[in-house]
Amino acid sequence: MIAEIGHYALVLALLLAFIQGVLPIAGVRLRDNALAGTGEPLAIAQFCFVALSFAALTACYVTSDFSVFNVFQNSHSAMPLLYKFTSVWGNHEGSMLLWVLILAFFGALVALFGGNLPAALRASVLGVQAWIAISFLLFVLLTSNPFVRLAPAPFEGRDLNPLLQDIGLALHPPFLYLGYVGFSIAFAFAVAALIEGRIDAAWARWVRPWTLAAWIFLTLGIALGSYWAYYELGWGGWWFWDPVENASFLPWLSGTALLHSAVVMEKREALKVWTILLAILTFSLSLVGTFLVRSGVLTSVHAFATDPARGVFILTILIVFIGGALALYAWRAPLLRQGGVFAPISREGALVFNNLFLTVACATVFIGTLYPLALEALTGDKISVGAPFFNATFIPLALPLLFAMPFGPLLAWKRGDLYGAAQRLIAAFAIAILVGAATAALTKGGAILAPFAIGLAVFVMAGALTDVVERAQLFRQPWPVAWRRLVGLPRSAFGTALAHFALGVTLIGIVCESYFTAERISTIRPGDTVAISGYEISFDGLVARQGPNYREVSGKLIVRRNGDVVGMLTPGKRTFPARGNSTSEAALLTRGFSQIYVSLGDPNPDGSAAMRIYHKPMVLLIWLGALLMAGGGLLSLSDRRLRVGAPKPAKKTALQPAQ
Amino acid sequence: MTLWLVLFLMTAAAIFAVLWPLSRHGAVRRSGSDIAVYRDQLAEIERDLAAGLIGAAEAEAARVEVSRRLLAAAGTSGVHAQGVDRPRALWHRRVAALAALVLMPAGAAVLYLMLGSPFLAGAPFAGRQDVPFEQRSIESMVAQVESHLEKNPQDGRGWEVLAPVYMRLGRFEDAVKARRNAVRLLGATPAREADLGEALAAAANGIVTAEAKAAFDRALAGDRDNVKAQYFAGLAAEQDGRAADAARIWRTLLQTAPVNAGYRTLIEDSLARVDSGAAAPNPGADDIAAAESLSPKQRAEFVRGMVERLAARLKSDGSDAEAWLRLVRAYLVLGEAEQARSAARDARNAVAGDAEKIKRLDDGLRRLGIEG
Repeated sequence: MIAEIGHYALVLALLLAFIQGVLPIAGVRLRDNALAGTGEPLAIAQFCFVALSFAALTACYVTSDFSVFNVFQNSHSAMPLLYKFTSVWGNHEGSMLLWVLILAFFGALVALFGGNLPAALRASVLGVQAWIAISFLLFVLLTSNPFVRLAPAPFEGRDLNPLLQDIGLALHPPFLYLGYVGFSIAFAFAVAALIEGRIDAAWARWVRPWTLAAWIFLTLGIALGSYWAYYELGWGGWWFWDPVENASFLPWLSGTALLHSAVVMEKREALKVWTILLAILTFSLSLVGTFLVRSGVLTSVHAFATDPARGVFILTILIVFIGGALALYAWRAPLLRQGGVFAPISREGALVFNNLFLTVACATVFIGTLYPLALEALTGDKISVGAPFFNATFIPLALPLLFAMPFGPLLAWKRGDLYGAAQRLIAAFAIAILVGAATAALTKGGAILAPFAIGLAVFVMAGALTDVVERAQLFRQPWPVAWRRLVGLPRSAFGTALAHFALGVTLIGIVCESYFTAERISTIRPGDTVAISGYEISFDGLVARQGPNYREVSGKLIVRRNGDVVGMLTPGKRTFPARGNSTSEAALLTRGFSQIYVSLGDPNPDGSAAMRIYHKPMVLLIWLGALLMAGGGLLSLSDRRLRVGAPKPAKKTALQPAQ
Repeated sequence: MTLWLVLFLMTAAAIFAVLWPLSRHGAVRRSGSDIAVYRDQLAEIERDLAAGLIGAAEAEAARVEVSRRLLAAAGTSGVHAQGVDRPRALWHRRVAALAALVLMPAGAAVLYLMLGSPFLAGAPFAGRQDVPFEQRSIESMVAQVESHLEKNPQDGRGWEVLAPVYMRLGRFEDAVKARRNAVRLLGATPAREADLGEALAAAANGIVTAEAKAAFDRALAGDRDNVKAQYFAGLAAEQDGRAADAARIWRTLLQTAPVNAGYRTLIEDSLARVDSGAAAPNPGADDIAAAESLSPKQRAEFVRGMVERLAARLKSDGSDAEAWLRLVRAYLVLGEAEQARSAARDARNAVAGDAEKIKRLDDGLRRLGIEG
């Protein structure tokens, strides 16, 4: 009965979405207050019904109701309770239901917290949002229905893919979807603005928290996914330029660009048309990502099922929404009034620079991801575009962007003083040179790029601190004054500095992991000792263990440094009989920001085992940086104050229009 | 009945979600405006100026810009902000209410009846544990024992109990696994070895493979009178084309069998089968007929069973040059050229002392396309 309640709730949600897609927009068109006002209660009701549906599916999983086909295929009665919850979205149908749930959640948030929006804009946003919900609810109900039943119920389920039986599944998909789907709000705002034909600085103010929230979640989602792949796949890599990873990185790049261009729009009312386009593109890239991952075009751990009908359905959604929004854009954008003017060397100019590089980088990744697929579809040739392509294209684009980053916040609005900014960055630059030189001296014979990249990272971090120091005039004013200024700084200023600083942190992690990782791959007998980066790792032998729904063979390794025991590692190999496959469980020992990483290969009959042992210096900084970035976003989001870009007047008294 | 009541209440709640906002005419609805945003921006400039974050000249310039925006917004707000506040036509709301009252329940009912299974009760795992023993399906009981063995793979008794059930269900591969585990964990006895052989033969579509034959041999070594092992030894002989041996084994078995033994008919039938075709030399006509009635996959397994037995026999007694040639040909038919070549080498070694046989072997091999 619970499954049927969930199924019916989903059907009701679809019909409510239909009404929500028609009445509020009709209300705006007919200028009818009552009709336009139906949007918010409907959005909340729609969310309640989708949530009920999701809760019903969860209940079916927790009680192992194998009369539900989806539960039968992806669960097992002996699975630990946590995985019974997480396996709700550890499969295609359930994960699409989560997608729809989060979409409805954001709709309800707009309804509840959109009080500062003009009623007409709010109604239009909810209407557009409803049309996205309709298409995905139809997709779930018609092609990916998680409530399909089986009679009679099988006694035991087929278990969840062992790779997904991990705490990572509890966190990564919900965060990633919150990010993906969160950008639907920015999209809905953009389309609503185009329908109304009216867009100004206030629009950017209203859309800011939604974009920021989505960006924070997406950042966390990508970082979690990366860390999960790092410890679960057993290869010690944290980013593979895999199409599925790129699918999440694309909206992040364009979302980051959107975040910055929206600042310009809010403060100076410039870049309006461009910002609208970015809002449309960002959500479009989220949809492309969903299409790539969910259609079965790509085979990976994310492709739960391959069914051409689903691919065609999502492709249709894609074409209708992206095509429709871009057509609307082409039609209405020329009608929008252009806003403030600015000189090339100015805060706006720096943000345009940022946008230029971010979008070109985004386009590069897009081409690298989709070109092989398009080629295979058209000619049948299989080519592989991997890390070499992305390293050769993405990194040259990222380097100038990173170098320019500290300059941006130091430039004044409208017209800036590049020389002055450079002067203020002298200290940061000096520190960067010192650290780079020190790195080069300490690591003789390494890659020439490594000290340079570390210097760049330090420059980015020191530059972010310089921004705060300069704003507070820490070393120019007497301490009490400087302190007052520091406390008086808006939280968004700290948010910006923290997020920029965090990028430097991540960069250090990436550089150290790429250039200074030590690796040993060998077959080790019990009693043997392997030395790596100053650690001695001795193998004590293999132990077999019975888990709730798997058998595990794990190795016991003792890690010593200068003879003192610093920890124990137990990498394992798990065999899951229900599906007949196995996973490797890497063991990690964290020392500061560095990690020792051991993954177990196949054990031999004589008790020896092949092992991959890595020492990865500073590797945790990669994800710590991502966390700090999200933290910066959160700080900025918590800033209730408004942003005004006070333009620096020209030296002459009259305001000159400058290009 | 409860389900329909719940579904009805849910529909009612959904209808209410549409009708309620339509009834709120006259209620003041919150509505922000861009004017508020620009007023806040002006206030922000004053705050920044007071905190010394921007200079007086910059603040003045910013004030001018924001004021322009404010004026522009105030100019359009006549249309914009009050755009949805016009006196409302009643028919708008009537149409909307009608849609909620009629179209939504109807649409939901149609869609749900198309997609849902309202008459199917749920079957949570815990609930199914309480079903009385007699009402449980054999599959569910097997699954229960399996999950027990999953947690306690060292329980030999469990494997032994499960094995005959697997045999009855036709899950022969699983039966082989269970029998092997029983032998391993509880120790080898003639009866267990014979059972293992039986499972192996069943898994090979009734062919007594070399591995099965070995199990029966072990059983007979421990207990010469093991009925099952004797019967299958006869069957192996028959399948090898040694009908006379088969008949002899089965006759002995019949003589020692109790008068009322259930297996007498099986053995009498088998005897009748080999006696009628006793003249036929190796691979019995029956076998060939049987092979022809099999599916391609079964036939391949059938052939493989015979080949394995032939190879095992030649390993212990390699004096028959004709049999060697049959083996080489069989490997070639199966597409295993490497095996065929290695068998040819073994054959030469085995018949090395006999010039006559070497000549016959070489002729035969040349005809098969394997040069010496």
